[in-house]
Amino acid sequence: MSSLPIKASDSSPIIKSGSHLSRASSVIAFARREFRDAISSRWFLLYTVAFTVLAVAVSFMSLAGSGSHGFAGFGRTTAGLLNLIMLVVPLMALIAGAGSIAGERERGTLLYLLAQPISRTELLLGKYIGLAIALCCSMCVGFGLSAGVLAWRVGGVGISAFVMLVVFTCGLALAMLSVGILLSVISRRSGVATGLGLFVWLILVFLSDLGLMAGTILFKLRVQEVFVIGVMNPLQAFKMAVIVNMNASLDVLGPVGMYASQTFGGALPWILALVIGVWTIVPLVIALILFSKRGSV
Amino acid sequence: MIKASHVTKRFGNVVAVEDLSFELAESESIALWGSNGAGKTTLIRSLLGIFPVTGTVSIHGVDVRKHGKRARSFVGYVPQELAFHDDARLGSSIMFFANLRMVNRKEAAIALAKVGLQGHEKKRVRDLSGGMKQRLALAIALIADPPIIVLDEPTSNLDASGRGEVIDTLCQLRDEGKTLLFASHRPDEVLALGERVLVMEKGKLIRDITPTELWPTESRIQTMRLYLSMGTEESAAIALREAGHAVNLNGNGLCVSVPRNRKAEPVSVLARAEIEVRDFEILDEVQGDQE
Repeated sequence: MSSLPIKASDSSPIIKSGSHLSRASSVIAFARREFRDAISSRWFLLYTVAFTVLAVAVSFMSLAGSGSHGFAGFGRTTAGLLNLIMLVVPLMALIAGAGSIAGERERGTLLYLLAQPISRTELLLGKYIGLAIALCCSMCVGFGLSAGVLAWRVGGVGISAFVMLVVFTCGLALAMLSVGILLSVISRRSGVATGLGLFVWLILVFLSDLGLMAGTILFKLRVQEVFVIGVMNPLQAFKMAVIVNMNASLDVLGPVGMYASQTFGGALPWILALVIGVWTIVPLVIALILFSKRGSV
Repeated sequence: MIKASHVTKRFGNVVAVEDLSFELAESESIALWGSNGAGKTTLIRSLLGIFPVTGTVSIHGVDVRKHGKRARSFVGYVPQELAFHDDARLGSSIMFFANLRMVNRKEAAIALAKVGLQGHEKKRVRDLSGGMKQRLALAIALIADPPIIVLDEPTSNLDASGRGEVIDTLCQLRDEGKTLLFASHRPDEVLALGERVLVMEKGKLIRDITPTELWPTESRIQTMRLYLSMGTEESAAIALREAGHAVNLNGNGLCVSVPRNRKAEPVSVLARAEIEVRDFEILDEVQGDQE
């Protein structure tokens, strides 16, 4: 019994099957397993390594280009990382979420899990939390090394914008993970869920911008309408939030950015954070409702 | 312990379980007997609250539809298709399920010891034999010592020696007072474990009898596969059942379980019913129709 050693904590009363089972215990059990599975999977390691290498590379390039110290180091790196994050993080989170429930369904393990004394809500929440922690840890590795390089070369001046970048990136990852989980719940096969995830990624990263540009020209949209439509895309909300935290103004984004800065002022970062929060909560709640109601396993 | 009342499960237009009612008393052992597609697995999943059904199911007095989680806490389940994460180690697999039931390491270790898997905790699931995986599923079902064990064809993937071990373990559990509900194709399994047999066909419960009523003999049971003229299978199954034989009818033909010294009887029954038997073969002794 070497791998199942009896610990001192095992002297606690054994909770038998007929007694009340803790909801938190099941969620934690699923979260721990999901986290362990995620960090040991090849695709996750690949994404983590790629993100880390690119983040560190951007840091070095920012330093080489700046020729100065302090804010320029972190500020340039934050700006440089912004586009990288908008490409890599949604893709990583959508794919992770898409494989979660559909993968279990395809392997036949979902049925076995649902035969255990757990609720569907606990299963889904546990998976979400486990994947969320794994994603945030993965990104923190990249950000951490990048920050280490910058701190080593230029010190800690201007690090607050970089910290906010990390916070908003984690928020973006959680939002995209929720969407991925929703796609996973509605798909019978993990391949279909992954395909849908890629399609959503394509829409958010490329097609929505193109659509907005075309719509603005075709329908002669006013600046406030362009802002509202643009900010509904969580990636645009993320981009604006990061830029606001760097510059305290969205003027660099042109008339729409100026409108947003002048109209919402200090409330703008909170509005943008709210958009990302809504993208996190709404798909997750829909996924929970659908998963609880669906009889299929 | 388990009470099912007018349970019906439909998948679109297909009725998988139709208006099925039965009761399973404490310490009783019931076998679900029927051919592939008879609805045994769907019934088991419905009882566990995995599928929404019409009708009512209660386990230990707890309504499965309203309090599925609590109802399932009284049940250990062994599925037909073993579904574990292949990369996980045996020790971490069982600890995951122990955590779901809020059971400590000591209890998990006892469950492993009960099925003879102690010492294998570091092995990866993918490296386990079919028999060991089956025993792992049984160990997981025994975590937290639930009063009811539900098994869906527990020996279907095992060789003769593995089958014997699992049946011995289940007999031991039955003798300890566990309530057993199991689906099976195998007469030997039903004879060894079952006190009652629920015979299912096309989603319906057609007989609720004892194993000795189904196979009224002390001798060993053999399964014969009968090759009949096209379109006569249904009437042949009815004739054989009326003559007291246990029949499985599926896409592979008609299989009938008979004592080894009465193999000619099914052929005679069908001859009297003017149903032509083109050929027959004797399957493995005490073998069901899954070959």
